[in-house]
Amino acid sequence: MNYGRRFLILWVVASVVLTPIVAIFVGPEIPPGNGSVQAAGQVLDNTVLVSVMTPVLLFVLLFVAFSLSHFRSSRSDTGDGPADRGNSRIQMVWAVVTTVTVLGLATFGSYQLIQDGAGGGQGPSAAFLPAGYASALNVQVIGQQWAFTYRYPSYGGVETPQLFLPANTLVRLNVTSLDVVHSFWAYQLGVKADANPGVNNVVYVQLKGPQSFDIRCAELCGLWHGYMFDTGHVVTPAAFKKWIAEQVAFYKPIEKYLPPYAPFYFPEPTHRAG
Amino acid sequence: MVYGRPVTNGWRLLAVAVGVVVVGALIGLYVSDYLVGNTPSYTPPVQQSGAGKSVNLTIETVAAVGPQLASNHPDWVSYLVREGSDWKRTTVWHVPADATVHVTLYNFDGASGLRNPFFARPSGIVGPMKVDGRPIDALDPNDASHTFAVPALGIVIPIAPVGDNAKNQCGYAPCSLSMAHRTITFTFRTGASGHYRWQCFVPCAAGYVFGNGGPMQTIGYMSGFLNVG
Amino acid sequence: MRRLIGFHLGTGVVFGVIGWYLGWFLGHQIHAESIEYFSDIDQNDVSIFLGYIIGVIGFLAGLGFLNYPLSRVAGRPAGLPADKGARRYFGMATDHKVVGIQYLWGIGLFFFIGGVNAMLIRTELLTPHSQVFPAGQYLTIVGTHGAMMMGIMSSAVLGPFANYFVPIMIGARRMAFPRLEALSFWLLMAAGGILTTTIFFGGFPTGWTGYAPLLDQANGGMDSYICFFALVGLSMCVLGLNLLATVMTMRAPGLTWFRLPIFVWGVVTTAALMVLASPVLIAVLGMGALDRTAQTTFFITSRGGSSYLYQNLFWIFGHPEVYILALPGFGIILELLPVFARKPLWGYKLAVAGMLGVTLLSWLVWQHHLFMSGINADSRPFYMFSTELISVPTGFTFLCGLMTLWRGRLRLTVPMLFCLAWFFNFLIGGLSGVFLADVPSNVTTHGSFFSMAHFHYTIMGGLVFAFFAAIYFWVPKMTGWAFNERLSKIHFWAMFIAFNSTFAPLFAIGFLGQSRRSVTYPSNLQFLNDWVSVSAFVLGISMLVFLYNLVYSVAFARVPAGSNPWGSRSIEWQLPSPVPPNDFDELPVFTGEPYGYGTNDPVWRPSAAPAPAGGST
Repeated sequence: MNYGRRFLILWVVASVVLTPIVAIFVGPEIPPGNGSVQAAGQVLDNTVLVSVMTPVLLFVLLFVAFSLSHFRSSRSDTGDGPADRGNSRIQMVWAVVTTVTVLGLATFGSYQLIQDGAGGGQGPSAAFLPAGYASALNVQVIGQQWAFTYRYPSYGGVETPQLFLPANTLVRLNVTSLDVVHSFWAYQLGVKADANPGVNNVVYVQLKGPQSFDIRCAELCGLWHGYMFDTGHVVTPAAFKKWIAEQVAFYKPIEKYLPPYAPFYFPEPTHRAG
Repeated sequence: MVYGRPVTNGWRLLAVAVGVVVVGALIGLYVSDYLVGNTPSYTPPVQQSGAGKSVNLTIETVAAVGPQLASNHPDWVSYLVREGSDWKRTTVWHVPADATVHVTLYNFDGASGLRNPFFARPSGIVGPMKVDGRPIDALDPNDASHTFAVPALGIVIPIAPVGDNAKNQCGYAPCSLSMAHRTITFTFRTGASGHYRWQCFVPCAAGYVFGNGGPMQTIGYMSGFLNVG
Repeated sequence: MRRLIGFHLGTGVVFGVIGWYLGWFLGHQIHAESIEYFSDIDQNDVSIFLGYIIGVIGFLAGLGFLNYPLSRVAGRPAGLPADKGARRYFGMATDHKVVGIQYLWGIGLFFFIGGVNAMLIRTELLTPHSQVFPAGQYLTIVGTHGAMMMGIMSSAVLGPFANYFVPIMIGARRMAFPRLEALSFWLLMAAGGILTTTIFFGGFPTGWTGYAPLLDQANGGMDSYICFFALVGLSMCVLGLNLLATVMTMRAPGLTWFRLPIFVWGVVTTAALMVLASPVLIAVLGMGALDRTAQTTFFITSRGGSSYLYQNLFWIFGHPEVYILALPGFGIILELLPVFARKPLWGYKLAVAGMLGVTLLSWLVWQHHLFMSGINADSRPFYMFSTELISVPTGFTFLCGLMTLWRGRLRLTVPMLFCLAWFFNFLIGGLSGVFLADVPSNVTTHGSFFSMAHFHYTIMGGLVFAFFAAIYFWVPKMTGWAFNERLSKIHFWAMFIAFNSTFAPLFAIGFLGQSRRSVTYPSNLQFLNDWVSVSAFVLGISMLVFLYNLVYSVAFARVPAGSNPWGSRSIEWQLPSPVPPNDFDELPVFTGEPYGYGTNDPVWRPSAAPAPAGGST
């Protein structure tokens, strides 16, 4: 009638059965999906996290359920339980196991992060650079109240209202803001970088095949924060060249008015209506 | 040992009354928030012709909306829309889907300048934008007074200013057409139905940080909804 | 009723309103026409701030807080506040039990107002595109819900239950600073009142975090938020200071630190965080107020400031703040489990170590709120490690709680049900925190509904469930009346099921790409949002069931609870219910910790009784 052994067997069996099921069927379904190398890396990370958490979740839930079913006292029972105040061996094992698990998860997460930046904004001096970063396509994302615009420095600094990117390219997104704090979130690409005024927030993303992706603002920026969304497009390199040429032609009349391309801007309108 | 006075009917009545007042106040809060939330809207009359549905929308932008139209914010800039012979301060407009919208905009306000010169290029319209009858394909960003932009539909219209030294400028709205103004006309097409927000992209809210507070962040002044369909 | 003249809430309100108008008038004299910048905008932040500040001073003066200092300055004896009758509850009270009950009512009131805001939010989110409320008003509702809940619930356990029971648990008759105790309560009430007036000044668009530079740009309603949170910070600081001083200096003889009830440890660690974190909040809000009134540019990058300054300062306060919310929950759960498992608290010292570990580590993790902000990229692995590590001391609490259950004789009373629900909820909340702590995973989940689900599971599923456990456990002691068992169980099951039904889908919604504080969302998420909204309405109704239970049990059914309905060994249950005005007839001397179930170890003896021969006291 060793409760402890019975519970441990129950827990081990449940974990051994459920953890592979979670790792194989649930993990890979966790968003954001396969739209970029960074997004796929996040899915792998989430899979590892959810697989490690399954035995933890099972332990606590099964423990409580087991206790409720075996140790419940009836209404008339007024006695006390055993005066068990602690067991230093159990405490030691628990402390070591939890610490090792948690440090292991943090190590794995750090490894994923260091590989290629994981799609998160890294500030002006990015530390975690994917392979081939020096020849990445530079695109600037300008957040303002309440729309994103995009500049392409390698195409004369043209500014466009839509984000088109060539497939299978490494892109360096330079995210900045003209006024308050916004956040550029390209969902299917697994990219998120806050847009702070006066700061260039760099994020790398290695694109895969053509697709559309949702762009949302992820930092409350005022009245139209919820409407600050858009659709971006990853297109074939040929389609991209065609599109950018069209944009350059269309925005030619204001080419002379745009400030020279810079990592960030402090624009001050000249007049102020009374 | 029970500590406390015996319960009389008076106390019970008080307890019930307090409970009812609390619940009633909570419900009242809920309902009143809902009622205060309603914004007036405007639907221009729809004309049907061989080319499909079309509407004419006449709007104006003013430097100070005046106590008659906004008693709590008389000094705020604002859009107004013409309904019949009156100017109404409503920025929620209903237009039909798959229709052509002809817009005439009278601007009575001076220049503020664009924060992002990108918005000086009109886009998303059928044919050119016309300022006082002349087609324009870009405004000097420093001259922009306001913009009318529907980002989800790709529509950007920079609005030309009344000169700083113009005579007979309008003070408080409503403004009459005999006062200094510019006339901007443009046409766009609507597609599928939906709720699209529109806003100004010129930081015209004087005195607020970045020029984007106050009227720029309050529906009924410099932004609103274009409800299509 | 004839003594309406005097110092009480009525006078406080009158003086507060007079103070408001005085401040408003002064503000108009200071600001105005001579300063060209201000003449452009039609709101006068200086007036609003001065109005609130002088109004609060008037409010406190009307309540009688200036009586003692002014009397001493004049060299006269100060009048004492009323110590009998219902009038005590409507003024400055120096009996810690009265303050505890005042806190319970005050927190309940603002909790319900915040809850109504939540119902409004879910009403708006029933459809992705239509506008029940205009977009600007929605943001104010979201901000008021968040600010009200965070500000008020920070004191939800320490206010009512620590003020009432900590002196009793340590064998004292009062707190170290009774007038400060009353001050912390009335400051909180003034703060809550101020936040409800934000709508008159246009509301505020920043959400509860108040990020600058949007904070600088916002309408006058932003000033209400700033004053609210600064007063909340002051109230927390005073409350924590008082509790720390009381536990440090006023413990009865024999009560060593390791004989303290674990609830008191939870209170002490929370109080330490309150005292240290609140000043940072007050400082950063003060900077925001200066930006809005004196044209400083602390947070405006183009003028030499930085938006990061706000973010870092806010979260240096903000992260300890969430442990201020979580730690009292740990204390309550570990305090109640031994009573209902009829076993000692397992691993008492480990539980204390867990609480101390959480307190210490909470200062080292704040940048996990800023992983995507463009902070120094190299620092992120450090914060990932420190954040993941904080789950280790939290895990100690779980271990001690679980092992207390093991081989006990579990009694499923209503407080016990809430404790068990806490395990379930905080587990899910904590595990989702591990996801958020992982930077690659955080890229998608930051700023989305996933993080909303995480903190609702830990704060509402954790603290609020523990709060209700404490209510069902201790309110019979405070009022002397037992709760109706059937209504309580209905409340519990409705709340538990509706809570999980409301917040579990939010994890999915966040992963599917819906960002926080957005009044609109992709149409394919409508079904999930509707499910969540309906569940939220049921959750709201379960709160009404609780209200009904409270009024029914305390005003109508009036079944006496008796002095020890739960059979607890803790000292407060050895006193009559409700506790008499002078608490103890004789102060106790402690001889052990209160968890000796299954033994006959005594906990305390009256000081007049002789010490046992040959033993230590």
